[in-house]
Amino acid sequence: MTDSKKIPEEPRQDEQQSGIDTGPGQSPKAGTRKSGPGETGGVTEMERRQFLKIGLAITGVFAGGTLLSAASVIDNVFASEDDYAEKYPYRPHYSMLIRQSNCIDCERCLEACKRTNHVPEYGYRTQILKKDYPESSGRTVEFIPVLCNQCNNPPCVRACPTRATYKDETNGIIRMDNSKCIGCKTCMSACPYNARYFNEETMAVDKCNFCYDTRLSRGEALTACAEACPAGARIFGDLSDPGSEVYRQVHDIEKAVWVLRPETGAKPNVFYTKG
Amino acid sequence: MAHEISSEAAGAQVYGEQLAGIDQAIRKTTYWVALLGMAILFVVGVAAGIHAKSIGSLHAFNATREVPWGILISTYVYLVVVADGVCLVSSIGHVFGRKDFVPLASRSVFLAVATLLGGFFVIFFDIENPFRMAIYNVISPNLTSAIWWMGTLYGALMFFMGVEFVFLLKGKHKLATAAGFLGVIAGVAALSNLGAVFGSLDGRDFWYGPFMPIFFIASAMMSGAAAIIFFTLLAYKLSNRKMEPAMKRALEVTAKVGILLIVTTLFFTLWKLIIGLTGGEAKTLALRSLLSGHYAVNFWILEITVGMVIPLVLLVLSKGRSLWLMAVAATLMMFGIFFMRYDMVIVGQTVPVQFQLGVSEYAGLISYAPSTHEILISLGGIGLAGLIFLAGEKIFKGHKSETH
Ligand code: SF4
Ligand code: SF4
Repeated sequence: MTDSKKIPEEPRQDEQQSGIDTGPGQSPKAGTRKSGPGETGGVTEMERRQFLKIGLAITGVFAGGTLLSAASVIDNVFASEDDYAEKYPYRPHYSMLIRQSNCIDCERCLEACKRTNHVPEYGYRTQILKKDYPESSGRTVEFIPVLCNQCNNPPCVRACPTRATYKDETNGIIRMDNSKCIGCKTCMSACPYNARYFNEETMAVDKCNFCYDTRLSRGEALTACAEACPAGARIFGDLSDPGSEVYRQVHDIEKAVWVLRPETGAKPNVFYTKG
Repeated sequence: MAHEISSEAAGAQVYGEQLAGIDQAIRKTTYWVALLGMAILFVVGVAAGIHAKSIGSLHAFNATREVPWGILISTYVYLVVVADGVCLVSSIGHVFGRKDFVPLASRSVFLAVATLLGGFFVIFFDIENPFRMAIYNVISPNLTSAIWWMGTLYGALMFFMGVEFVFLLKGKHKLATAAGFLGVIAGVAALSNLGAVFGSLDGRDFWYGPFMPIFFIASAMMSGAAAIIFFTLLAYKLSNRKMEPAMKRALEVTAKVGILLIVTTLFFTLWKLIIGLTGGEAKTLALRSLLSGHYAVNFWILEITVGMVIPLVLLVLSKGRSLWLMAVAATLMMFGIFFMRYDMVIVGQTVPVQFQLGVSEYAGLISYAPSTHEILISLGGIGLAGLIFLAGEKIFKGHKSETH
């Protein structure tokens, strides 16, 4: 409850300071960053530099989320690079990047999810939201896949009276211990992303767990949805591995990357970007 | 002549006795009818609850994924907060030694126990796995969870009130005061925590904020004052007792405290509105549905007018002496405050959490209306509280010890 409202905006530590051992997930990222020319998601490079100079995260309203420029996205999700190593030492640190404009609403991911995770017809773990741009001359509708963000500061976990929902200490996934769930639905009220529903079959709240029990723990590399997506809209991987696709895209300075509802301070592990 | 007069007088006396007898009979019948009514509400509530469990909440309840907390939660909040308020208001006398309030002690403590049990009844049927709750709340507690604290603190309040009542019955006043004091601590903690249950959900703008705990304390004591006046007057009405002067005085001061609490709660309600209207889009949207939208009747008519403004006027007019005006005021408050809790719980969930994304699925407000099962279970809880209270009047002979 204490720091949940803070969207960390402390000055970025010196951009050059990257050689120190920062633990898992810390590559000399700041050093490898190149500044990209031109505009990214409505924020000019000039603006970006100026913001960085005074140590502020760049934010703006952008396609359903608040824009965090690439330079600030990690700061907004984790308090700082050091905090990240200390507080979120997950390995693998599972995470997903949604390439929003790639989604064509074929809903194969939804079917795959239901099949894989035995999701009853009245429930869903992931959803495709539609956003209209009636004024747009090009594409007038955009599809936004949503799922549990496996938050780093999860309101649901904080609120659950019996610790039936918890953050897996190894991989950061928010999981359920069904036998402990009393069905008070507090987590459903607490989740800022509507990621949970009550499952009458298991008599417990159910939610996306990145297919941990049904796939990852059985040696599969991808979630069912990521595997089923024909358009590459869901990039799943390990945020602590600099070689992974998620890592590269989230840290790419040329890309506008954002998370949904950053103001709640839940610090999601699902990121969004255009194309 | 003399003979005639005395026989006339005797006739009048017989007539008077007959009248008194009839009056007594009417009161007795009213009592049993009231008791039966409450028992029926309770039994129907149990039946609805069991049926709901057997067909599953998905079918029985109208609470959904988007509005997970429905009228069952708001009724629970209503009942336990009334209990809490009764505990706090009556403790002014028996814990903090304000003599004027002392006659209220025994009945109030019993009333608090009755309403708490009513609340627990409702939450029992709201929780999907109440038996798991009994186990895992104990062996797997989450101390950061306000809901865990809610269960624990209201459990503690129940315990202290029960113990206090037993001590009061046995005439052990020192011990009763000690238990009462612990009850007050649990009660205040429970109310601030209840504020946190709602106020700390950062994803829900309507609830989020620092006002919740103080608002809960003020409005709880207001509902407590109303309940004390209502149930004390009811008890006297249903029994054939003349009200003792000490009790009259106790109700008079309770009415005065009630006036103060209504004004305080009105003030906080307005303040919350003003601060809220300067908030973000999602919050103002919820507020507008309360002020001028779907919930405007609930808010302006039931919550504000019936629950607070008319009772305020009536209580002022009554000067704490017109029992009749006070009875009407307290009844209206008990009714209006029910909707105050309902509005708070439901309106807090009407704005979809994904509203700001601007997607078509979550462009508007989400509606909720209670299902028959939910209504019957809620009434069952109120019935149980009433049933226990009325039975207590008989069993403990109108809580007579209190006037000693
Ligand atoms: S998205 Fe919701 S359910 Fe998932 S971790 Fe965050 S708060 Fe919990
Ligand atoms: S519904 Fe289950 S998982 Fe959710 S808060 Fe309650 S006990 Fe925890």
